[in-house]
Amino acid sequence: MTAPARPRTLFDRIWQAHEVRAGSGALPSTLYIDLHLIHEVTSPQAFSELAERGLRVRRPDRTLATMDHSTPTTVQTRAQMSAGAAASQLDQLQANCTAHGIELFDLGHAQRGIVHVIGPELGRTQPGMTIVCGDSHTSTHGAFGALAFGIGTSEVGHVLATQCLLQRKPRTMEVRVDGKLADGVTAKDIVLAIIARIGVDGGTGHVIEYRGTAIQSLDMAGRMTVCNMSIEAGARAGMIAPDDTTFAYLAGREASPTGESWDRAVSAWRQLRTDDEAAFDRSVRIDARTLAPMITWGTNPGMGIPIDAPVPDDGSAASQRAFAYMGVTPGKPLLGTPVNVVFVGSCTNGRLDDLRAAARVLEGRRVADGTRMLVVPGSQQVKRDAEAEGLANIFRSAGAEWRESGCSMCIAMNGDAVERGQLAISTSNRNFEGRQGAGARTLLASPATAAASAIAGAVADPRHYTAHRNYTASPVLEGVA
Amino acid sequence: MSNSSNVVVHHISPARNAAVRAPWTSVESAAVLLAHDDIDTDQIIPARFLTTTQRAGLGAHCFADWRYDAEGRARTEFPLNAPHAAGRRILVAGANFGCGSSREHAPWALLDAGFEAVVAASFADIFRSNANRNGLLTVAVGEQIADIHHRLRAAPDGVISIDLESQVVAWAPGHAAQFALDAFTKRALLHGLDELGMLLAELPAIEAWERAHDREVGAPVGVAAGVAP
Repeated sequence: MTAPARPRTLFDRIWQAHEVRAGSGALPSTLYIDLHLIHEVTSPQAFSELAERGLRVRRPDRTLATMDHSTPTTVQTRAQMSAGAAASQLDQLQANCTAHGIELFDLGHAQRGIVHVIGPELGRTQPGMTIVCGDSHTSTHGAFGALAFGIGTSEVGHVLATQCLLQRKPRTMEVRVDGKLADGVTAKDIVLAIIARIGVDGGTGHVIEYRGTAIQSLDMAGRMTVCNMSIEAGARAGMIAPDDTTFAYLAGREASPTGESWDRAVSAWRQLRTDDEAAFDRSVRIDARTLAPMITWGTNPGMGIPIDAPVPDDGSAASQRAFAYMGVTPGKPLLGTPVNVVFVGSCTNGRLDDLRAAARVLEGRRVADGTRMLVVPGSQQVKRDAEAEGLANIFRSAGAEWRESGCSMCIAMNGDAVERGQLAISTSNRNFEGRQGAGARTLLASPATAAASAIAGAVADPRHYTAHRNYTASPVLEGVA
Repeated sequence: MSNSSNVVVHHISPARNAAVRAPWTSVESAAVLLAHDDIDTDQIIPARFLTTTQRAGLGAHCFADWRYDAEGRARTEFPLNAPHAAGRRILVAGANFGCGSSREHAPWALLDAGFEAVVAASFADIFRSNANRNGLLTVAVGEQIADIHHRLRAAPDGVISIDLESQVVAWAPGHAAQFALDAFTKRALLHGLDELGMLLAELPAIEAWERAHDREVGAPVGVAAGVAP
């Protein structure tokens, strides 16, 4: 790149640095992929295609496999798992990884977990990378200033075989959130508010860069939560420029560089920013001071409201369908609506900080009779940390179920499901009809809101459960906040 | 509802621009109308059917939770279950069709259920890319969708014709529109192009690029890949 420096966005920088061949005319760019994450559900047909064509995985060293989507959360090893389609899918991933020399965190492995939790946790996810996975929540990794996006299974095959993808350059969108968040308002509330504002297709065709003081003030877990749900606004990816918070998170992680390499890496990573004069194709501004804890009332993630606001009726057919499916009454707030199930976990909110937020609310309290609460750590490492810190005991003492890591009730492929007709409040990312089980109804919210609702057995405002608490006075949670 | 020929992956040698599927030229068919917006991939193919390791056979589960009740009985009011729906090759929806997950099982299921094109106001990005790559044409008509819905409600057996070369969709006498499609996708569909074959043909350039950028084993990959300005 010797051309005179045109102001560039963070996205432009990473895109251009990875163009093996720049797109022109009718041809898309050939984009190099630094890190390819794979899992059991969207990879088998890609490996089959390679086998049919007699192709090998070109860069197993840039490929990492885990088992997460259909793994049971009740057992620790493959041997304890009953036979069935999910088990044979796991076996197939194991066989494919063995045949191609791909590192695999299989059932029983200490580092196994949800693909978007383990990448960052191990330091595999790094600023400036291109990262893809056959999973739409790959946008999570953008929290590190990486360009990370979900792909289909055919493209999984393309990356396995060539380490590249044919890609049209997306447009750019800035979502700027400035100001100080009110107490009780979290990253999940920010992103639910963004989606409610721009709509579930508001980001279509764009890569979002989240900017502003409220974004910068988030820790890495919070930034991952925000970037994670970019796809719920239809965006191709979401990203946040790396800064000292990012570097502090990465320092000392298993795959992070050390010594001189670390210094060199950090100075390169500091260049990963949007130039002051760079233009975005679209810009949205949100005042963080106006945000409240959010909850969704309908059947897509854009149907979100402040938790104490009445359910709106815009008269649209979509709203009427959602009212009917969800059984909610427009004009009234959801507060006090009985919930059957509370789920804390997923690639959106299954990290240690998320579990801490839920535990702070639950400590010394009980899940309401008749309400089931399931807490599923995002990875085995999160599980061990949460147990060491006493969080697991808080959950168990409160009457919640404490499980092995995985996607679990977010996608309900593994037997952890919300029953038909039941209402769940969930820290996951999708409230589509039947997402958490056929006929299940889902309210999306933050870990604190989910925990407060578990105690009440009904939709509850987390601010009523945390305001009087002195977190750091807790013997168990001392030093955690 | 059986036409799975579109999802067969042929055994070919990785030659440049080789065809992997039949060329997509045109389709003329009555349509199935699912008029709402934001139809997500969890509706198109619910997650519990994703434990398969095959591409074929998903058509039976396409829209499973809208087609069947808790006991597995067909819901007669659902358009796909209407007797006349059998054999229809065009699905008409609202805006933002295919939002949600990246599962390619969604276009596989629609193709396996016999559809060759989806006409909608707009599409979600990943679904659109997956669909076109598999030979399921995505026809985005914007605000014209209201008139298509209107005509289909008045005449549910009305024939829609879609021609890829001219990028024209016609749904009633005097009612037609051009639809946008990026030139590469159009060419790939018209010629049944093999994207993987094209990438494989670029391998020498990819290897040269790697030699120039993949400098140090053990260096952080993002840095090695040349993010420094």
